[in-house]
Amino acid sequence: MSVKGLEKIVAAHSLFAGLGGGFLELVAGCARNVRFEAGQYLFHEGEIASEIYLIREGSVALEISAPGQGCMTFMSAGPDDVVGLSWIVPPYHWTFDTRAQEDTRAISLDAICLRTKCDADPALGYEVMKRFAPTIVARLHSTRLQLLDLYGTHS
Amino acid sequence: MAHIPDPHLSDPMVPVLARVTNRVEEIPGVVTFEINAPQWQGFAPGQFNMLSLFGVGEIPISISGPSFDSTTIIHTIRDVGAVSGAMATLEPGAMLGMRGPYGTAWPVEQARGRDVVVVAGGLGLAPVRPILYHLITNRANFGRVTLLYGARSPDEILFRNELSKWRAQLDMSVEVTVDHADATWRGHVGVVTTLFKGADFDPAKTTAFVCGPEIMMRFGANALTDAGVAPEDIHLSMERNMQCAIGLCGHCQIGPFFVCKDGPVFNWAQMKPLMAIKEL
Repeated sequence: MSVKGLEKIVAAHSLFAGLGGGFLELVAGCARNVRFEAGQYLFHEGEIASEIYLIREGSVALEISAPGQGCMTFMSAGPDDVVGLSWIVPPYHWTFDTRAQEDTRAISLDAICLRTKCDADPALGYEVMKRFAPTIVARLHSTRLQLLDLYGTHS
Repeated sequence: MAHIPDPHLSDPMVPVLARVTNRVEEIPGVVTFEINAPQWQGFAPGQFNMLSLFGVGEIPISISGPSFDSTTIIHTIRDVGAVSGAMATLEPGAMLGMRGPYGTAWPVEQARGRDVVVVAGGLGLAPVRPILYHLITNRANFGRVTLLYGARSPDEILFRNELSKWRAQLDMSVEVTVDHADATWRGHVGVVTTLFKGADFDPAKTTAFVCGPEIMMRFGANALTDAGVAPEDIHLSMERNMQCAIGLCGHCQIGPFFVCKDGPVFNWAQMKPLMAIKEL
C-alpha cells in the first residue's frame, strides 16, 4: 500500500487523529499493514519492542505466564486500541506476550524508525509523546484497579 | 414519580416468617433464592429487604428479581460472612425472617425517552437486574440501552444465561469484561471503565445506573462525567452497615444521609463530595 493510503489509515486511528503539520506523513512513513491469524503471537516477553500496533480489526490478548498458573490474560485490545508502549523506554523490551484472539488486522509502526524521527524533530517527538501519554495513564489507572481486586470476596 | 412501597407490616422492625421456595447456585458462593412472604405487596427496583436467620443474625440484601412480579421475592446472596454464609446453605422449604422493602428506588422512570447506561461490577449486577427487567419489558419507552458489566474472571460472571439472552435480543448492547482470564477466554479483559470507549450513547440525554464496589462506582461515575453525563443523571446504590433499615440507629450514616432511608440509591451530585471524605 502507498504511503498516502497508509496516511489515511493512520489518521483514522484515534491515537493520531488530527495529527497535522506534516507529522502524519512522517509517522505513516514508518507504517505498514499487518495481519495475524487467531492464535498467532504478535510478540513474546523479552523480545525487542521493535513495533507499535494500532489495532484496526479483531482483538488481541496481552498475557503473562506465571509458574503453576499458566497464561493469564490481563488485558485485551480491540479496534482503535494501541498495543506497544515498551518502544518508548530503554531497553525497549516487551514485558508480556500478545496473542491474536481472532483474525486481527493492524497497522504496525516501526519503533526504531519512529524513535529516530522523534529524536531528529523534537516537535514531532513531543506531539507523539502527548498522544501516547493518555494511553500510558489509562493503563496505569486500570492496573491500579485490577490490583485492588475489587470483586474479590474481601470487598 | 413511581410509587415506592413501604415495609409491608405495621411495625417495620418486626420480621415476618418467609419460606424459601427455590434455590439456584449462580456461581460458587453466590446463590439466588425465591422467597414467599405473607402480605408482600411488591417493591420498586433498588429497594432491599432485611433478611434474618434466628440465632445467627440479620443482613440487608437488595432485591434482584422483577418488580412486576408482586408475589415472589428474589434475592441473590454471596457467602462472605457468618449470616450470608448460613443463608447460602438454605434449601427450598427453609424459613427465614424478612422485613422490608426499604429504601429509595432507582429512578427508572426519569430515564424515559433517554439513553440508559447500566454499569455493574461483580455482585453489583444483582441490584440493577430489576432495572434491566423494567427496561426490557418497557423497551419502547427508552432510547439506546447499554449494559456494561465487569467481573473478576470468566468463572465469576453472574447471570451468564440472562446476559447471553439480553445480548441476543439485539435491541440493547451488552458488553462484558473480566479483570483477568486464562487463554480460553475470547472476550474483553480489563476493568469495566475500559468498556466506555465502545459504548454508544448521547451523554446529554443519558441516565446512568451504577452498582458495584464503591471504588468501582467512583471510577465509573467519573468516567461517565468525563464522557459528558451530568452528575444528577448518574445514580448509584450505596452499601453501608445497615442495621435498623429505618433511619434510627445511625450505623449507615454517610454525611447528612442515612443510606437505609435516604438511599441506598443516590445521585453522583450527592455522593461525589461525600466519597471524597476518607473518614466517611
